[in-house]
Amino acid sequence: MIELRQIHKAFNAGRENEFRALNGIDLQLPAQRVTAFRGPSGSGKTTLLSIIGCLARPTSGRVRLHGRDISGLPERFLTDIRRRTFGFVFQQFNLISGLSATENVMLPAYPLGGDRRALQARAEDLLAGLRLAHRRTTHVELLSGGEQQRVAIARALINEPPVIIADEPTANLDTALAMEFMAIIEQLADAGRTVLLSSHDPLLVDSSLVDRVIDMRDGRIVAAAAAAGAGG
Amino acid sequence: MNVWIEKQKYLIDFTLASLARRKAKNLGLLLVYALIVFLLASVMLFTHALRQAANELLAGAPEVVLQRMVAGRHDLIPPGYLERIGRLRGVQEKQGRLWGYYYDPVVKANYTFMVADDRALAPGTLVVGAGLARTRGVAPGNLISFRAYSGKLFTFSIADILPAKSELVSADLVLLSEADFRAFFDIPPGHFTDITLRVANPLEVRNVAGKLAQQFPDSRPILREEILRTYDSIFSWREGVVLALATLALLAFAILAWEKASGLSADERREIGILKAIGWETGDVLRMKFWEGALLSLSAFLLGYLAAYVHVFHFAASLMAPVLKGWAVLYPRFELSPVIDGLQVTTLFFFTVFPYAAATLVPIWRVAITDPDAVMRG
Repeated sequence: MIELRQIHKAFNAGRENEFRALNGIDLQLPAQRVTAFRGPSGSGKTTLLSIIGCLARPTSGRVRLHGRDISGLPERFLTDIRRRTFGFVFQQFNLISGLSATENVMLPAYPLGGDRRALQARAEDLLAGLRLAHRRTTHVELLSGGEQQRVAIARALINEPPVIIADEPTANLDTALAMEFMAIIEQLADAGRTVLLSSHDPLLVDSSLVDRVIDMRDGRIVAAAAAAGAGG
Repeated sequence: MNVWIEKQKYLIDFTLASLARRKAKNLGLLLVYALIVFLLASVMLFTHALRQAANELLAGAPEVVLQRMVAGRHDLIPPGYLERIGRLRGVQEKQGRLWGYYYDPVVKANYTFMVADDRALAPGTLVVGAGLARTRGVAPGNLISFRAYSGKLFTFSIADILPAKSELVSADLVLLSEADFRAFFDIPPGHFTDITLRVANPLEVRNVAGKLAQQFPDSRPILREEILRTYDSIFSWREGVVLALATLALLAFAILAWEKASGLSADERREIGILKAIGWETGDVLRMKFWEGALLSLSAFLLGYLAAYVHVFHFAASLMAPVLKGWAVLYPRFELSPVIDGLQVTTLFFFTVFPYAAATLVPIWRVAITDPDAVMRG
């Protein structure tokens, strides 16, 4: 369970060019659900996902994870929480060129220092599960957009985090690949993971896999409702 | 502990991959870095080996040399001085020495002529240094002629060539008999160039020198330790000049490294952001960059030091010998005995590896502490 209380985020605070990205967000995100944040560019979706995923700190307000306030934790603890709790699928995939698909997938686990053979086997299993077994040694810059996204998903899953955060995941994909992505998300949700998405793609937001849609505008939540196809 | 080791192995793996991904850039950096280490190490190894060689060669030299001065210039010792020294306490042995300089117009070089005190040479024969033999192209059994300052031509037979091992001090040396020396330089019997004294007890050397100065006010005693000190300061001075220049190069390199690190490319900044976003701590990023810097600087250090070692001890420091050995027409060609001084290696390591590490880590740390949310925005 993730709980947000009066979250504000301002960039360049106190300066002439101050920009308030989030203005008092109150939200509860239940576990094992697929939640989509919808809104136009600049509405604050990405900033909110960054704060939830411990990539950024709010200017004010509280973030609670399983009842524990994590807003004021030092960077080191925050990183540990991020590593163990969240898996990210970025809009631009953010893979590291020059490394193979397997090496990219293994990267988040490096700081944990586990057994190499076990880690490599897990990475290859994940790639195989996403139909990338034949591409596991290929450098990621040589993969197609869809393949790159699947590598990014495998990387998000390597530390077995309970929460997956995907920012505009279908923005760079054609319809077929977007459908493929949605199928993967459905599997993850079925496996009991919490999925948080930001998107303004109706194909994704209006799909049956989304349990809850939260509409945002100007850094505020304007509406939150169970999605049309939500079962629970 | 195992986890820590595994983690370092992962970081080193990633570092190696990272270095390989920017092959051209890192190779260029490695070569420039190795070149600077090579320069510094060559100077240090060479001057250290020269000092060592000078010390070894001068170890057998007399403890005190007495020279007579006339109007501030070195002059011949007149007859009777040796006898006047008499029995000085502590002096084991005293001997008149004959030596002088000769300019050879054939090869435009100066030679040192000297009467051999440890070998009996037949009149009309010479023993010459390896440098001279090389320059004049002579071998044992050959004849060689020199025109004396009197205008008279003297022809000698080469009896032997001095061993190359002593070339540092014997490259231009010509050893001849006393009779030949006196005839060649027209020095009457009983006169000497200087007097050498052997003193067994090192603590007595200064006392002996003091007594000599008192007894012969027109003379100056020169101590072996003073000669050693002079050599040492000459080498140190030359080393200092070259090191000062090389240090400027090192400073320029540190600035370049700082520039390189502060001007991290957009790709590198993005990469650091990605690593942080997917769960690397600032410390992990710094450790990875530390390994990157360590691998680069250690490779450059080893490469540069090894190249310097080969340059100095196998190629007689051919690139910088003229500066460090000083001016000469007959440069001695000698092979220095390899000498590696632990303190010297540590000093060099400290002054080459640390500036690079400091110059690169600080700017990287500044990038690494920024929030990773920038990667969310592409």
